[in-house]
Amino acid sequence: MNGAAIGAWDICLPVLLPMAATVLIGLTGRWPNLREAVTLITSGVLVYLVVGLIQPVFEGARPDILLFEMMPGLSIRFTVEPLGALFAGVASFLWIITSIYSIGYMRGHHEKNQTRFYICFAIAIGSAMGVALAGNMLTLFVFYEVLTFSTYPLVTHAGTDEARLGGRTYLGVLVFTSICLQLPAVIWTWYLAGTLDFTPGGILEGTASPELLGALFVLYVFGIGKAAVMPFHRWLPAAMVAPTPVSALLHAVAVVKAGVFTVLKITYFIFGLELASTLATGEFLLYAAAATILIASLVALRQDNLKRRLAYSTVSQLSYIVLAAMLANELAMVGGGMHIAMHAFGKITLFFCAGAILVAAHKTEVSQLNGIGRRMPWTMGAFAVGSISMIGVPPTAGFVSKWYILIGAFESQQFIAVLVIVASTLLNAAYLLPIVYVAFFKKPDDEPQPNSHRGSIGAAARAPHGEAPLSVVLALVATAAGTIILFLFPGSVLTLAQQIVASGG
Amino acid sequence: MITENLPILLVVIPLLAAPLCVLLRQPTLVWGFATLVSWMVFAISIQLLILVLQDGTISYAIGDWAPPWGIEYRIDPASAFMQLVVAGIGAVSMVFAAKSVPHEIPERRIYLFYTMYLLCLTGLLGIVVTGDAFNLFVFLEISSLSSYVLISLGHDRRALTAAFQYLIMGTLGATFILIGVGLLYMVTGTLNIADLSGRLPEPAPRTSLVAFAFLTVGTSLKLALFPLHLWLPNAYTFAPSMVTAFLAATATKVSVYILLRFFFTVFGVDVAFFDLPVGDILLPLAIVAVFAASTVAIFQENVKRLLAYSSVAQIGYMILGISFATVNGLTAGIVHIFNHALIKGGLFMALGSVFLRLGTTQIDAMAGLGRQMPLTMAAFVAGGLSLVGIPLTSGFISKWYLVTGALEKGWWLVAILVVLGSLLAVIYVWRVIEAAYFRPAPAGAAQVKEAPLAMLAATWVLIGANLYFGIDSTLTVGTASRAAEVLLGLEI
Repeated sequence: MNGAAIGAWDICLPVLLPMAATVLIGLTGRWPNLREAVTLITSGVLVYLVVGLIQPVFEGARPDILLFEMMPGLSIRFTVEPLGALFAGVASFLWIITSIYSIGYMRGHHEKNQTRFYICFAIAIGSAMGVALAGNMLTLFVFYEVLTFSTYPLVTHAGTDEARLGGRTYLGVLVFTSICLQLPAVIWTWYLAGTLDFTPGGILEGTASPELLGALFVLYVFGIGKAAVMPFHRWLPAAMVAPTPVSALLHAVAVVKAGVFTVLKITYFIFGLELASTLATGEFLLYAAAATILIASLVALRQDNLKRRLAYSTVSQLSYIVLAAMLANELAMVGGGMHIAMHAFGKITLFFCAGAILVAAHKTEVSQLNGIGRRMPWTMGAFAVGSISMIGVPPTAGFVSKWYILIGAFESQQFIAVLVIVASTLLNAAYLLPIVYVAFFKKPDDEPQPNSHRGSIGAAARAPHGEAPLSVVLALVATAAGTIILFLFPGSVLTLAQQIVASGG
Repeated sequence: MITENLPILLVVIPLLAAPLCVLLRQPTLVWGFATLVSWMVFAISIQLLILVLQDGTISYAIGDWAPPWGIEYRIDPASAFMQLVVAGIGAVSMVFAAKSVPHEIPERRIYLFYTMYLLCLTGLLGIVVTGDAFNLFVFLEISSLSSYVLISLGHDRRALTAAFQYLIMGTLGATFILIGVGLLYMVTGTLNIADLSGRLPEPAPRTSLVAFAFLTVGTSLKLALFPLHLWLPNAYTFAPSMVTAFLAATATKVSVYILLRFFFTVFGVDVAFFDLPVGDILLPLAIVAVFAASTVAIFQENVKRLLAYSSVAQIGYMILGISFATVNGLTAGIVHIFNHALIKGGLFMALGSVFLRLGTTQIDAMAGLGRQMPLTMAAFVAGGLSLVGIPLTSGFISKWYLVTGALEKGWWLVAILVVLGSLLAVIYVWRVIEAAYFRPAPAGAAQVKEAPLAMLAATWVLIGANLYFGIDSTLTVGTASRAAEVLLGLEI
């Protein structure tokens, strides 16, 4: 591969920069404005660096660098390829917006320990970059785990008993799946193939009997707990105790997408589409993903807490991508890859809105939102756009990726998958549109709801409120606009996603 | 000249320094002297490791009496690796001791404390470098007797019973080893370890089988293999902090080394693992050790005792690796000796700092400590994650090779049990973390300061090394796998 224009630093910097920024954030902790400036500048530079990496990838280069040996024969290695570039691009771009949002949110909500918050956030982004650019499964696994542990202090940020228990579930599920299922799968792969490098077309073909490889596939898919395939999804609703910017960027974009990204990655680069489509367990995993899509949507219907409803919606949407991977054909891969980006924009908008409602109106439950659209028109307008994208209706981004997954399902003759996608579209509408409806068309309640817990103090809830802080509104309008723009001009995302499979030829 | 005599200097310097401590008496002076000696020994050990890795096994004839008639010191990759662990931990412990020992040991006994410490260091290093089975027993006794004294110097009166318990069990173990060595001498007429291996008759007569049994059980007692671990939790809990850190990181590890020597060098892998069902016995014991001891650790209220049980579990991992009797298995066992020495040394030192400030190591008393002693507790978190085996810590490397070893044998169940065992570690480590970071400090408790610089530095040197060898393990794994190949007879 010709990566002549790309030096070693260019590939490593996206990972190192956020990590290095933590030092500056720590040092400037006493001066909040300066500290936030560090975060903002870092995120800006990061996008610049990532774009610099994407450019040559468009032209077909696959820059690659071997850093050092972690164990004899096992290296830390970075390779830039289209799927990773796509993920890195989405995560880094949304980090800028989330940072703007965070500033308004964290200050508006009077959160404590903000320096720790920004430090852990930067580490999490750095490790998400590491996952995106990983050139072999070992590197990916290492950053995957760093991501888990760096987000733990973010999830338990409030320091309350509720946060501690949420943190237990979060860490419990993610560590169990990664150490007990994924790690053995990685070591097994190494033992079978003698390499862990991501190779288009896979490295496992013919190394063991189809039954064993099928079992390995199962270990991987469930072991990647961040993809939240049921029954290992519980950590995601539990993580909702975190401050909203965390839920928005990490638990709608970076962390969960790192999960499904890994699933796509192992399907394409460890097993290879050809092998994956012949494995007996592929069918089983396909149904597991399909079941997750439907069950999570049904659970979401019954959640009154807005963030929990969105969390279950994420569980369901993640399984679209897992489903796409299990279809194991090129169109579905393209759809899955695109859905990483498309869902990210839609879901982050929804979470931003949930946070804005919390900051401005101190409301957390869906049943409290009657008439809120009149007071917060921008927020709820963006929420409507995000909802439409979740459902997958034009003119929003969700439509494009869903379209590709649907064609992929037809191509594989998996009509159950087709049915599931259609049914879940209806369910998505059923749990999201009522929120939009009550917000705009119902009369506001005069009395605060009795079940309004979680810091929504009665007096504050009664007081008239307007929109959330400006930076919050700006951020959520920007991502909502992004969902529409990605529908109108899906070019770059589509090209990258198509290159994923093109590189396999 | 000096280079040639390094093997004997390694042992003689601390041995001669010990009585000098008695003459010096003045506590600070003794500490300074003992520290100087420990660092000299560490420097020698580094030099020795380099020599062995470059030129292969070193043989040193004491008093120029050629082996097998005279006593031989023999340093192959396995012993070179071990002596580095012992000397390195010894040197770092002395830095830690600067503030910890004056706080826990009455001033009039401090010089005795360091005398005993140097003797213990002598014994442990001697075991590792000697090539003579009887000499090994002598050094074992030197290290054991001095460690009984060190433990009994603990501030709590229960330290005396703990030391006595250890004395009884340890003496039993040492006696078994002596009987084993005696029987071997009876069969072969030699005590030189390298010579022994060539002279043991094939097939093994009953006498040498009995010797094997005595040696195995005796060593297992010393290394605290489940269910012979009963002395360990009390000894570690009540010993002075510096002693716990030093012994936890070295004493049991050296005993594991003795086991390796007898199994692989003296009897050979064929006798130990193919003629005799040693693997079939060690494997279940090791797995039970991991699960039983980790489960007990979860329910401990005293963090020192919690880590002591965790040590029993970690020894289980080392023995598990050895029981595979393959290159990857042995590599896992040996590299875990090294990694675990760093982990537990660092963790016990962090606890020593906690004890210095709080006067206790109960979990409840540690509530809210994350804010008051941030650096100490951060070290504890890093060490704890390594115990679990999270990537970028050395514990991950151990786990990787252990699972590889199990998979390569086709033992899926064992591989699964290894990773499940680490989940138990998550639980007991997280109990401490949740207390330190999520619970407010107990009402009425005095605000405490961060630990003194010397103790922090020592703790973080070990924790830092532990992280470093988790990121770049080519040195540790490389040495360990060479040691494994030598032990398995694949490389001369």
